[in-house]
Amino acid sequence: MKWARIFGIGFLLMVTLACLLAPFVAPSYAHQFRDEPDAAPSNQHLLGTDDLGRDRFARVLYGTRVSLLLAPAAALLSSLLAVLIGGAAGFLGGWVERLVMAATDLFLSLPWLFLLITVRALLPLNVSPITSVAITFVLLGCLGWAAAARVVCADARSLAHSDFILLARASGSSGFRLLWRQVVPNLRPIVFAQFWISIPVFILTEANLGVLGLGVAEPLPSWGSLLRELQSYSAITGQPWQFVPLILFVAVVSCFHLVLLEQESLA
Amino acid sequence: MSRKPIFHIFFVLATLSTLAFAQSNQQLRFCLHSDPKTFNPLLAEEDSSETVRYLTGGVLMRLNRLTQELEPELATEWKVTDNGKTITFKLREGLAFSDGTPFSADDVAYTIQQMMDPSLHSPTGDAFRSGDGKVQTKVLAPDRVSATFPAPIAGLDKLFDQVAIMSAKSPKKEMAVLGPYAVADYKAGNYVLLEKNTNYWRHDSAGRQLPYIQSVRLDIQSNRDNEMLKLVHGEIDFINSLDAEYYDKLMQQNPSLVHDSGVSLDSEQVWFNQVPTSPLPDYKKAWFRSTAFRRAISEAINREDLARVAFRGHARPAVGPLSPANKFWFDTKLQLHPFDQKSSLARLSQDGFRMQDGVLKDSSGHTVEFSIITNAGNKYRERMAAMIQQDLSGIGVKLNVVTLDFPSLIERITRSFDYEACLLGLINNDLDPNSSQMNVWLSSGENHQWNPSQKTPATSWEAEIDKLMHEQATNLDPKKRKAAFDRVQEIVWEQEPFIYLVNRNALSAVSPNARNVHPVVLRPQVYWNIDEISIGNEVARNR
Repeated sequence: MKWARIFGIGFLLMVTLACLLAPFVAPSYAHQFRDEPDAAPSNQHLLGTDDLGRDRFARVLYGTRVSLLLAPAAALLSSLLAVLIGGAAGFLGGWVERLVMAATDLFLSLPWLFLLITVRALLPLNVSPITSVAITFVLLGCLGWAAAARVVCADARSLAHSDFILLARASGSSGFRLLWRQVVPNLRPIVFAQFWISIPVFILTEANLGVLGLGVAEPLPSWGSLLRELQSYSAITGQPWQFVPLILFVAVVSCFHLVLLEQESLA
Repeated sequence: MSRKPIFHIFFVLATLSTLAFAQSNQQLRFCLHSDPKTFNPLLAEEDSSETVRYLTGGVLMRLNRLTQELEPELATEWKVTDNGKTITFKLREGLAFSDGTPFSADDVAYTIQQMMDPSLHSPTGDAFRSGDGKVQTKVLAPDRVSATFPAPIAGLDKLFDQVAIMSAKSPKKEMAVLGPYAVADYKAGNYVLLEKNTNYWRHDSAGRQLPYIQSVRLDIQSNRDNEMLKLVHGEIDFINSLDAEYYDKLMQQNPSLVHDSGVSLDSEQVWFNQVPTSPLPDYKKAWFRSTAFRRAISEAINREDLARVAFRGHARPAVGPLSPANKFWFDTKLQLHPFDQKSSLARLSQDGFRMQDGVLKDSSGHTVEFSIITNAGNKYRERMAAMIQQDLSGIGVKLNVVTLDFPSLIERITRSFDYEACLLGLINNDLDPNSSQMNVWLSSGENHQWNPSQKTPATSWEAEIDKLMHEQATNLDPKKRKAAFDRVQEIVWEQEPFIYLVNRNALSAVSPNARNVHPVVLRPQVYWNIDEISIGNEVARNR
């Protein structure tokens, strides 16, 4: 499966590079060419224009940039929270673990999407699109730790009862030092896997919020807002270039999974 | 006897019976976008229930959606007296409800009493609630009845277009109807089946009883794509209200399917939060209270582009509170606010604003930046908000677009008032401003969105609007009423508490098999003459 991992990483790097070069290869993602809404691909607009006449190629590049930059950041935040909460609960065990896991179960049982919609609605209105997108992904990160925390907790619990931890305790290591020096490094493979799993989940969640119109604010594009174009029947027929964001989205999420598969086999 | 004549007779009989069968099995189909919440006509307030009410309810008089004139139905004559407080009806004789219960003046009195019963909370009755006190109904004869309301109601007769008469005596209660159809079957989430009311009173010029179509099946279908596919595949006969994209798509496939009836009564508008107690900084409250600021923003918005791009050309730039579709009440003196960013900047400059490095600042040096909220999922409003964002950047204003789920938006604009500007639309069903616009224009009204439920008018122009609205509501002379409401429209045009953007067109799609369909701009656009619509026999045979 090594070739799959290489392909996945290569594709993700290529997409990332294209996104970084966006300012040099694409005109503004926000400017509305109002005389050319829903235009077909041309030399001027490689993927045509959207319903307001904005260059779709530029929007795909900038939208991918937003999603690819912030989804890993949100995944990192949720993984750190998962290590902190799940790792501590598993390592300490007893009533702490029971309490934390009960809270985690409660958190998991919450209707995520509605919770996100509610929290999003409570946020201040007068924020720039950049801040709005950052808030959206921070919210995703803060709300997405629970599933990973359960996995980390289970792993930390088994580590806490392992022979080498017993040996470390016998050697005088305890408390935070034991957790930091012995348990956390051994949690790394599982945390790494959880991190990779979270990235496509957050991308999908942002896309879902975008499809509901609650994702990234105008005029900043994201995959969510780009995928909204495919909501109507009229969009599906006759303009196949509108599928490009969807194809790219599927390709990127698939590549994350290819990399993840390799990680799991390593773990 | 030869066998040939017998064969011919058999053939003719068979053909006639097939045609008769086809005629009797005619079914019209179209979609409701949700289940009707009630079959009680007095409680109908959403589209689906109102559709059922329109198709089943018999009314005393009906507003002809084509001519916008009131026409007699169950009442042959009516007279408004007592300065607009009393209305007396002369009823048709010999009519019966769908279950055979005879119709009389008692039923009219019963319906009006029910409608005005405060415990029923009838949305239909709200338009009649002009003052404190009870409505008095008097049965003068089996075919004559009068109703006296506690205070004068302007345009009283037109309000009865919405009042479906219920039976006082029928054991079937609200399911006994006087309209062209009666509810025969309802499967929640699936369909509502209406069957022809065999006691319906109307006949065509040839003396044939209406309606022509035997039954109407209302498929409950919330997905607009599926609705369009059903129309294309001939599974439904029309779409009453069509989106611009669907219109264009159908236009490409089959131009004979679609109808653009022109500008409708519906409007889209922006307003600024002028509520004194809102949690906004004082300098922003001062901007939003400034007429010059509001007019400058209005002039910086390219309405022609909004209509052309956001609505694909199926809308018209809005002039003021009323659309030109409202033939009588629209003030023809009003002109469109021009798109003129130079004039906009000049207004702002007079008000102390100045441009600094492409950014607009107020006299205290605050950068002009505000947010506009609209409901998530409405693509037209989202498009308009994005276009306004670009337009306003031309005068150095930074606009942040925020889409919210509808309950959150309503919470902000009606309770917390924690918002700066809002973009929403008004779906207008009534022509008369007395029924639909009072709550919007009176400063004490809950729908006076920029500053609702005021104890006393906050500005002199709002006080003048209050006075004019009361004047038009209590005057029975249509010319005087029109003059008063024209002045209201002019004040709103000058002050722009609502910045009207566009009036969308009434778009519909009708199968060529449906006959005598004449889509109009007033709701219900396609089936307003339901009892006169017929379907080709070929189609009827195949169903």
